[in-house]
Amino acid sequence: MTREHEIQVEDAYEGPVVQVTDLETGFKTPRGLVRAVDGVSFKLDRGKTLGIVGESGCGKSVLSRSVMGLLPSTNVVRNGSVKFQGRELVGLSGKAMRKYWGTEMSMVFQDPMTSLNPVKRIGEQITEGLRFHLGQSKDDARATALALLKSVRIPEAERRLREYPHQLSGGMRQRVVIATALACGPRLLIADEPTTALDVTVQDQILDLLQAQQNERFMAMMLITHDLGVVAGRTDEIAVMYAGQIVEKAPTSVLFAKMKMPYTEALMQSIPKLDLPSHTRLQAISGRPPDLVNPPSGCRFAARCLYAQDRCLDEQPPLMEGDTPGHLYRCWYPVGTPAGEEALNMNLRKNRTAAGLKAATAAEGVGAIPG
Amino acid sequence: MADQHLDREPTDDLDAPVADIEVGLAEPGTVAAAAVTPVPVQVELSRSKRIGVFGWCAIGWLTLVALMALVPGIFPGPGLLERSREAIVAGNFGPQSGHWLGIDNSGYDLMTKTIHGTRASMIVAVSGVGFALIVGGFLGLVAGYFRGKLDTVLTGMFNVMLAFPTLVLALTLVTIFASQPGTSYGRRVMVVSAAIGIVSIPILGRITRANTLVWSEREFVLAAKLLGTKTPRILWRDVLPNVLPAMLQITLLGIGIAIVAEGGLSLLGVGVPASIDSPSWGNLIATLRSQLFLGRPWGVFAPSLAIFLTVLSLNYLGDVIRARFDVRESVL
Amino acid sequence: MSRLATIGRRLGQLIVVLVLVTALNALLFSMLPGDLAEVNIPFGSDAQREALREDLGLNEPVYVQYGRWLGNFVKGDFGSYYRQGNVTPVLERVKSTAPVSIQLMIYAQLLALGLAIPLGIFTARRAGTRADKATNTVAFALLAVPNFVLGLVLAYVVGVQLRWLPPQGYVHLGDNVVDHFRSMAIPSFSLAIGLIATYMRLLRTDLVATLQQDFILMAKSKGISERRVLWRHALRPSSITLITSAGLNVGALIGGALIIEIIFNLDGMGRLIFEAIGERQIVAIQSLVAIVAVGYVIVNFLVDILYAVVDPRIRRG
Repeated sequence: MTREHEIQVEDAYEGPVVQVTDLETGFKTPRGLVRAVDGVSFKLDRGKTLGIVGESGCGKSVLSRSVMGLLPSTNVVRNGSVKFQGRELVGLSGKAMRKYWGTEMSMVFQDPMTSLNPVKRIGEQITEGLRFHLGQSKDDARATALALLKSVRIPEAERRLREYPHQLSGGMRQRVVIATALACGPRLLIADEPTTALDVTVQDQILDLLQAQQNERFMAMMLITHDLGVVAGRTDEIAVMYAGQIVEKAPTSVLFAKMKMPYTEALMQSIPKLDLPSHTRLQAISGRPPDLVNPPSGCRFAARCLYAQDRCLDEQPPLMEGDTPGHLYRCWYPVGTPAGEEALNMNLRKNRTAAGLKAATAAEGVGAIPG
Repeated sequence: MADQHLDREPTDDLDAPVADIEVGLAEPGTVAAAAVTPVPVQVELSRSKRIGVFGWCAIGWLTLVALMALVPGIFPGPGLLERSREAIVAGNFGPQSGHWLGIDNSGYDLMTKTIHGTRASMIVAVSGVGFALIVGGFLGLVAGYFRGKLDTVLTGMFNVMLAFPTLVLALTLVTIFASQPGTSYGRRVMVVSAAIGIVSIPILGRITRANTLVWSEREFVLAAKLLGTKTPRILWRDVLPNVLPAMLQITLLGIGIAIVAEGGLSLLGVGVPASIDSPSWGNLIATLRSQLFLGRPWGVFAPSLAIFLTVLSLNYLGDVIRARFDVRESVL
Repeated sequence: MSRLATIGRRLGQLIVVLVLVTALNALLFSMLPGDLAEVNIPFGSDAQREALREDLGLNEPVYVQYGRWLGNFVKGDFGSYYRQGNVTPVLERVKSTAPVSIQLMIYAQLLALGLAIPLGIFTARRAGTRADKATNTVAFALLAVPNFVLGLVLAYVVGVQLRWLPPQGYVHLGDNVVDHFRSMAIPSFSLAIGLIATYMRLLRTDLVATLQQDFILMAKSKGISERRVLWRHALRPSSITLITSAGLNVGALIGGALIIEIIFNLDGMGRLIFEAIGERQIVAIQSLVAIVAVGYVIVNFLVDILYAVVDPRIRRG
């Protein structure tokens, strides 16, 4: 099948670009099976952006690699279903997956210094995929690479082709990485913390670039980050991950306006805001994520949650749909509901949560000290 | 020009081999960590830091070797000077009852010979490397700590010595100082030991120097200096104890290499002189190798086995030491 | 530009080291107790010995002797063997034996790299699995076996018992190509074994570290074949380490070759040195040792140059 024909057939498909159902990914270690991703489901349509937000260790990076199928084959357990354009990816061999990588699905990694080969020229790294997958000749590939560099707004693109990664600035390197990822026109782009390793001033530019490319190419995009600020206004839907599970998922505006998970609320509150007086204390979420080898039987966030009640410790809440359609969350006492308010107040009065967390009221907002 | 070797050594690995020493075995196997850095994954160490079963076996064997060297007489079996006529007549040179490792072409028991040969080989190897440890270690320590002109001179000296292929240098030394006919056994052993020692000095010197350089930069040394501590005391109490593990590791490996070198020198004709009552592992192999081509390999196998087990044990223990003390080995 | 300067500098260092090495060599041999003439012609007449002394310049001061010796050495006059009845120049013997030793070492190095690279890749890709651990253990054990022991064992098993390959003897490349390689097979392999273990483990460590780098994952995510990722991305940084190691091991290779030649009766420089020692041909020994040392220094120099060329970081100055 020629590439054009493939694209036609693919274009005919009308369903979501990615449909993930109950994806589980675990690593076998001497201590046991680390359940990095524990039953994640979502779908992503063409042209839409899904933001995946969570703190370090919540499993979002593993999720991204698991969706791509980029995990090592030894000591890794991967269950569930990942359907790309309706075709099942779980269970495919590396060889089969290689047909998708680069051409259908691509990834942009966090640190452009390490994701580019330091001893290869930029041009070579971009054209590699073009020549391998699309069979372009050296000259054609070079022309395409040039066009790509220009489209990601790299000045003096001609010169850059012959340079090495260390000769470019961080922001430019990331642009090169993006250009490389987009070279063969994938349908899905997964950006794993694309701006974390960059200067704050450059971050916006890169995110804008990603958005622009996505619009132009009508791609589906997954934007993975720990920073809520990154996903605000740039995503259609946001999924909040914690301890290997999605704990809240909603269209972006809904999430920010009507969040239900205490964890999401806490994340929101930990963002420093410009309009607060100086010397305002930063609000961190106290405590640490649970052990992924032996996760707690109840809600995984219970140990750090201000709303925690006894039920939270015993029963793990399933993903439930709220009043707004498309808004899923995993909580017995969600934020903003009468049950939730009551739970929070009770904890504040008792000055401890069901998990033993001491809840104290500070002047502006709520801070918690581990008991 | 040999200077470049120093520049070239990956800075990560201070114990990088200079000439013939093979260093370094523990590679932490990291499987799950390959693609998923943010996830706190347990790392599997392919060599644990503990001594373990093999370590104790190694120690056990080396203890046996020490016994063989010191009191060979306590081991059972025929005497060193006993010849077995029956076995020769029967034409059976291999392992048999009464001669567990076989006999040589004159009927002498090989196990006994090997056991008795331990002493000579050990004297050569241990005293040679020991000498190198003291001299090379001292020079390296001094070069690494004081730096400057002293360092340049010493390093230059090391490099010139290393510009000779090691075996050839040892060979030259022995040829010159002890190959006159009429050289006594004792003198020959001493010269061979010294030759091995001298040849090893630059290697130990460089490793010590490299480690000393690292440790001398640490703040606690600076603190000691500021307190007015006298230099010898600083070297002895602050620097040396930290450099010691690396030196120890190289020494263990070096002894193994010295044993092999003794074998090599014997094959070249300048090892410990061979006679019925003064075997060494090396000269046993040298004198009995012709037998091997006649279909009687046991003369070679017996001392070879001893060498193999000893070197293996030394290498293993050297590795355990490195795994224990090398901070850079700890992963994640 | 700066590359030429680097080479020039190292060339200068090379010359200095060569002079020092040969001087050291001469110095050592001058420390031989006894009269050189006595040693070489113990049974001749006094007149012959005096003539020899004149010939060798033994009656002159040390530095003059060294100067003469160096001058001769550079011209290829390596002195002679003084045997009862005739005087044979060392050069002749060297000309016929040096190629053998060089062949042995080159074969060993090639064999080692040829086997170590695939093995290194094999174990690196399966890092942590049983196959990997088993291979590593075997490699570790093999390192404890001296190469002459291995040579003898192989000679016995393959040469004497199985009779697949000749256990001893050398056949010139010119005489019979097949037999030449057959005669060199066991010796080269014995010499190579230690190197194989070393290179394999070195490559494995390097490769495991490289494979964990992000750019490998990125290359993978571009969908290019595993083989391509391995050879064109992963192996490159490791090649430098291998070259360094190959260079560092030349010294061990020389020592090993000497011994292997003696065991297998190969007509190489090692055998030459052995015979000279046996016959107490001091002049010959001195020259032979000097030749080997000089050769070693030059090879090291070349490896340094090669290294400077290959490492892009050094290349870019």
